[in-house]
Amino acid sequence: MSVGAHIAWFDEIGLGDRAQVGGKGGSLGELKRAGIAVPPGYVVKTRAFERLLESLEREAPVRAAVAAVSPGDLAGVTACSRALRRRVEEAELPGEVLEELSIAQERLVRGGRELPVAVRSSATTEDAAEASFAGLQDTYLWIKDPAEIIRRVRSCWASLYSVESISYRRKLGFPEERVAMAVVVQSMVDARTAGVMFTRSPTTGDRSVVTIEGAWGLGSAVVGGEVTPDRWVLGKITGEIAVREISDKLIEHVPAARRGVEAVAVAEERRRVPCLSDADLQELRTLARRIERHYGCAQDIEWAVDRGSGAILLLQSRPETVWSARDAAPIAKHEEDPLTHLMSIFGPRRCP
Amino acid sequence: MVAGTERAQAAYPYYMQFTAADDQRFWFYNSMHFPEPMSAFDMVTAEAAYCALGSSTTRVHCIPTTLGIDYRIINGRVYIGGNAVTDPREIARRTGEFQQRAFYYYGNWERLYAQWREKMLALIRDAQALPKLELPEFEPLSNVHSGRGIATNHALLDTYQRTLEGYFRMWHHHFEFLLLGYGAYMTFFAFCKKAFPEISDQTIARMVAGIEAEIFRPDQEVRRLARRAVELGVDDEFREGRTPQAIMAALETRGAAGRGWLDELATSRDPWFNINVGDGFYHYHRSWNDDLSMPFAGLPGYIAAVRAGESLERPIEKLQAERRQLIQDYRELLGSEQERQAYDQMIGLAHRVFPYVEGHKFYCEHWYTNLFFNKIREFGALLAAHGFFAREDDVFQLTHYELKAAIIDLMTAWSNGSPPRGPEHWPQIVAERRAAIAEWAKHSTPPALGPVPDVIDDPAIVMLWGITRESLDRWLRASSDVASRELRGFAASSGVVEGPACVVKSVEEIGRVRKGDILVCQITNPTWAPIFQKIAGAVSDIGGSMSHAAIVAREFGLPAVVGTGTATSRIKDGQLIRVDGGRGVVTLLS
Repeated sequence: MSVGAHIAWFDEIGLGDRAQVGGKGGSLGELKRAGIAVPPGYVVKTRAFERLLESLEREAPVRAAVAAVSPGDLAGVTACSRALRRRVEEAELPGEVLEELSIAQERLVRGGRELPVAVRSSATTEDAAEASFAGLQDTYLWIKDPAEIIRRVRSCWASLYSVESISYRRKLGFPEERVAMAVVVQSMVDARTAGVMFTRSPTTGDRSVVTIEGAWGLGSAVVGGEVTPDRWVLGKITGEIAVREISDKLIEHVPAARRGVEAVAVAEERRRVPCLSDADLQELRTLARRIERHYGCAQDIEWAVDRGSGAILLLQSRPETVWSARDAAPIAKHEEDPLTHLMSIFGPRRCP
Repeated sequence: MVAGTERAQAAYPYYMQFTAADDQRFWFYNSMHFPEPMSAFDMVTAEAAYCALGSSTTRVHCIPTTLGIDYRIINGRVYIGGNAVTDPREIARRTGEFQQRAFYYYGNWERLYAQWREKMLALIRDAQALPKLELPEFEPLSNVHSGRGIATNHALLDTYQRTLEGYFRMWHHHFEFLLLGYGAYMTFFAFCKKAFPEISDQTIARMVAGIEAEIFRPDQEVRRLARRAVELGVDDEFREGRTPQAIMAALETRGAAGRGWLDELATSRDPWFNINVGDGFYHYHRSWNDDLSMPFAGLPGYIAAVRAGESLERPIEKLQAERRQLIQDYRELLGSEQERQAYDQMIGLAHRVFPYVEGHKFYCEHWYTNLFFNKIREFGALLAAHGFFAREDDVFQLTHYELKAAIIDLMTAWSNGSPPRGPEHWPQIVAERRAAIAEWAKHSTPPALGPVPDVIDDPAIVMLWGITRESLDRWLRASSDVASRELRGFAASSGVVEGPACVVKSVEEIGRVRKGDILVCQITNPTWAPIFQKIAGAVSDIGGSMSHAAIVAREFGLPAVVGTGTATSRIKDGQLIRVDGGRGVVTLLS
């Protein structure tokens, strides 16, 4: 399938294409090409956003307007945001963009039927190891109607001009010329169980454990912090399950009637049932190791278990930021005389 | 002090009694080595061991921050305390000495260890060569004609002194390398804990612990004997519940095949059945040679496995490959090349020293100790035959000083022709002391005495006993937490299992263990390996030589929690329990 100017499929892209497909898109492409089970999808490239912006800039400034705002000026930021968001959401999309989008969507749902998708922003500034912009741009789940998909693509673009995003960029002094937005459209997993995992302990930074958190239903409940998930800590190499904390899972996120996602109460008999089996846990651990090896650094991963097949799918992976930033001097180094290491036990107590 | 036991308490030498001055110091109960009240004679184990340990630490290798271990006894329980060196000038001075001594050993480890084994084997041969004890009516004519000039009764004193001296010397050999070996292991251990704060002790042990050490041979011999029984076609004799004596008598009637197997048994017994069922510190922990129940208890199960087509060989190459992979995988996880190089250096050193750390126990705490206690038992038999005691084992109720007196009493009686004074003197004392031990066993033992320090820094104490502020807190909490349905210990081997507990307090009971039981015992050490095939899990009071029990338990896929302190007293026989070997938790379910 030839790559359109404005659309790219996961198996055609990688992290090196971040400038055109954003961090999320590049990451998903990378993983797909590494043979990891990622739900299929495509990316609306930044080129499409730039075409839109070109036409908007012809009418009135966009980038300059943002750059002119002071981060502490809440009223100014709010006004700017409101104006720009409306312009993005209402502007006409160039014809060829619309056509490529339509063809892509057709291909994704081939086999007919209403295939639900997630529409997720994939900013070029997002998921860089240095600055985790997670959560500041929008995500729309369980969309089936093609017209709705297009509306949501616009919403993602518009989220670049939310009050929070503008404030954040202004505070960091991020140059507007480098800001662009790609949008991932990905088939959604009807998840029996979903959650997150870290390939480095969030509490101690230990590189040899995998921490897995999950709950019933779609992963948005865990990611959004709306449910206390089950939690496991596994030895990354040994597979030993060091911690099992099964919580009372009061709610789960499920597809809503027409579109989107809603929270429903979990039936009493399932609330304290572990949402993952030991076999699932080991498969997740293996997956985590593979992904981490591929990227060469600790990862923050979103996963889901398909309700129908029980297969484990990877939804997202990005570099872990907290401990990577804290990494200090090596705890030991090569010694000319290896016996010197022994003085750490036999010698006088070192001051911390 | 427990009321009514004052005289038994007074029997122990003056230098191990508590005095008022000791109240200012921190002492902790050494339940790891001495989980039961110590009889008067058995205290020689503590004496000789601490004497040698301290010499090595204080004077020979000069470990910079610590001197030897002080010890006291109360209510039959051994308490120990460290002697830290805190003056920086002194530490610096000792560091200079340490580097000339310990570093020399590290640098010449293999050669010195090979030399050590020769020394140990020679010491063992000397102990084996000690003469049988006898007091003939008349001096053998051959001694008179040869002009020997020393009457036979002198041999009692001579043999006794050589027995005792050999034992003290053995402990010096034991400690010659020990703290250095543990130090190298701890260096790697501490590094792993810093690099991977959540790593389990077990995982680190797996990277270092050896695969081919003497301590594994006894169980391997049992497996070999199982194979031979099937090959010789006599395996049908090995039925559950049959005593070793009955089986051996039956084999005598099975012609060449039966005799063939008995010959194989003789080969295995020397030296591998010298392993004892404890850790070598109590006279009543006998060896497999003294009591064949333990190895024979493993045979029916192993034989069934052989008949089912299993080879029972330990998969050495696979274990070695797994270990290499584990080491490599963790190495990859390290954060920098610097750390990887340091890791290589530290694990290299740990690997070099570990054969001694694992192997020495077989020669010292098993083989030699058995010879020692059995020789003392011979003295007990001789004295019992002369009315000093009701049974030979009563000899262990005397201190080693008192035993010398009893021997001289007997020698003198032989020389004078008058009856010895012992029979009037000892029986009542023995009865009193046995009563005191029974009384002491009923009382719970405080894990620590004196002011508890904030930090326990003494490398000897940390290394040998795993005593840290955390473990101390755990004990202190556990001793006040009797209502809890949980026991905590060290996670020795992962896995979760539920099942009925079979509480075994002595080897005689080993026949009670049924398939699927969870073994609850005082110590799990490699001695129990032949039973591991039957049981679903294991729980012990004492940590013991953890890496071995853990390796064997892991090879069997057997969940195990060790060092709970109280398992055999809190768990009832037949009680349903859950063992979580990965977390070190035992839960009482019924």
